[in-house]
Amino acid sequence: MNVAKRTFDAVIVGAGGAGLRAALQLSEAGLKTAVLTKVFPTRSHTVAAQGGVAASLGNSTEDNWHWHMYDTVKGSDWLGDQDAIEFMCKKANEVVIELEHYGMPFDRTDNGKIYQRPFGGHSMNYGQAPVMRSCAAADRTGHAMLHALYQRNVRANTQFFVEWMALDLIRDADGDVLGVTAMEMETGEVSIFHAKATIFATGGAGRIYYSSTNAFINTGDGVGMAARAGIPLEDMEFWQFHPTGVAGAGVLITEGVRGEGGILRNAQGERFMERYAPNLKDLASRDVVSRAMTTEINEGRGCGPDKDHVLLDITHLAPDTIMKRLPGIREIAIQFAGVDPIKAPIPVVPTCHYQMGGIPTNYKGQVVVPKDGNPNSPVAGFYAAGECACASVHGANRLGTNSLLDLLVFGKSAGETVVEDFQSGQLKLKPLPADAADVSLARLARLDGQTNGESVFDVGLEMRRTMQKHAGVFRFDNLLKEGVQKIGEVAERAKRTQIADKSKVWNVARMEALELDNLIEVARATMVSAEARKESRGAHVRDDAPDTAENPNGRDDANWLKHTLWYSEGNRLDYKPVNLKPLSDDVEPIALAKRTY
Amino acid sequence: MTINRGRVRWQCRRALLELDLVFTRFLERHFDRLTDDQLADLDDLLRCDDYDIWAWVNGSKACENDRWKEMIGLLRQG
Repeated sequence: MNVAKRTFDAVIVGAGGAGLRAALQLSEAGLKTAVLTKVFPTRSHTVAAQGGVAASLGNSTEDNWHWHMYDTVKGSDWLGDQDAIEFMCKKANEVVIELEHYGMPFDRTDNGKIYQRPFGGHSMNYGQAPVMRSCAAADRTGHAMLHALYQRNVRANTQFFVEWMALDLIRDADGDVLGVTAMEMETGEVSIFHAKATIFATGGAGRIYYSSTNAFINTGDGVGMAARAGIPLEDMEFWQFHPTGVAGAGVLITEGVRGEGGILRNAQGERFMERYAPNLKDLASRDVVSRAMTTEINEGRGCGPDKDHVLLDITHLAPDTIMKRLPGIREIAIQFAGVDPIKAPIPVVPTCHYQMGGIPTNYKGQVVVPKDGNPNSPVAGFYAAGECACASVHGANRLGTNSLLDLLVFGKSAGETVVEDFQSGQLKLKPLPADAADVSLARLARLDGQTNGESVFDVGLEMRRTMQKHAGVFRFDNLLKEGVQKIGEVAERAKRTQIADKSKVWNVARMEALELDNLIEVARATMVSAEARKESRGAHVRDDAPDTAENPNGRDDANWLKHTLWYSEGNRLDYKPVNLKPLSDDVEPIALAKRTY
Repeated sequence: MTINRGRVRWQCRRALLELDLVFTRFLERHFDRLTDDQLADLDDLLRCDDYDIWAWVNGSKACENDRWKEMIGLLRQG
């Protein structure tokens, strides 16, 4: 098959916040830059980010990057790399002010500065009191950010390939990255994008879980492509969950509902939080509530025919209160749970929200892998930023508003690194191997030729259910062990997916089959990494790693203060040290301590 | 110009989960029965901002474009 070839200085996969920020850096420096995206840029999932972007501007309360760094390291449960965290917190003001100059409509203080609001986990003076650090544009921060970045890219002549799906990473015999293969959805044709630099900014893979707040596009395409190409995935056991997503749908029910008096009940109608958190009850912290819900479900006290959820009850509140204070929630319950919360409780489950792990990178956005004794050896020509990457700034748990900051700082940093390497002549257009497109063509031929195969929907559903049950918010050794077995079986089935419609043009079924190939890599990585990590840390909480004097919160620094690396080939694990040393002498390392709030 | 149904179906993939869920239901129940004129209206609606579409669908904001109202109605009723 003849495969068209296009050549660029750089190719970026993904046009959410990280991809657009990186593209801007390249295009403004005059590099010929292609951005591939499977949906129109302003329909990327960055749009859904509401909370804001963290920066220690100190406009609303006193603040500085040292405090922000401390909060982020502590939030990460010390799994974050302190060099990358220092870099991010130091750069925050710069990238936010740049956005302001791009026309981003931030909320303002009376004297015209960017208004900042408080957010969970962010503090002043090393945990002493809440700080106002989040810069927001009403509740549309991600949306406003994406539009500002897109407009700026149009001005800078970034070349967009909209509704193109990247298929596979191209590496040569040296392991260097030479670009990607991609399919144009309008024609079904495969092309090679040959480039000196390839940047992945493809977002997270929250769709591996049955209950997920993520939009359908979040299928971890870059993470899957990297894994198939032999790049290990870092810390994939760490996923952030929100306790109250609508069961079966995933749409978030804000904490405000419990703040207004909402009560969680099990199948017996019992207010079970009284047993788990006698004082705070339903208003206990997210992880406590999520764990309690999971325990109720696992012990057979879940609701519904499958006993797979609990109920969030606000029927005791006055209808007026619900209509006035929680109108959006009533609409969500009616639309997605089919219940009017004035009359009946809302079915809810802990719901996957954010991927902390990903493609291993350093603070420069270079993808790094173990090689010749160096655990962080850069892969020539390959960079990543945003949720698909693991820098690692979020470690075992991300703070709210640090995700938008992550994509700005590391999108820009990856872009800067590429521009520097390009201008110094270090980046070369290496010759394409003759078989550059073979892997992709073989995948497509397999899919088209499959007979007696599996339904993409059925295999995807089995994957999501397996992940939810076996590697959910609260983890159990026996369930994880079974999960490793089960997800392996699902992965075997995923190799035999079949589609009825073989047409080339706008074939959505083919796209979904290709997306499943990416999701399944992430699912395997998550399950295997989670089973192996025999401690509790941040978002990875195991029933058999309890809170003791020796291991506070179940965290076992003696054995597990290290990053997981999972390799797709051989389903193999490796580990590398956490960088506890900051980037500069401006700050002392933040010493290990118990994470309490 | 004929509108490619596969393209419109793909463009029902949105940035917000709320809309993905609404469109999934819509694709199952209504999409195959849309006339060419209705398909053109949908194609047009899909160019709008996701937060606007969601506000029209959940009723928190009234849609002022007559051309989109029928589609909004179908998206709302599920």
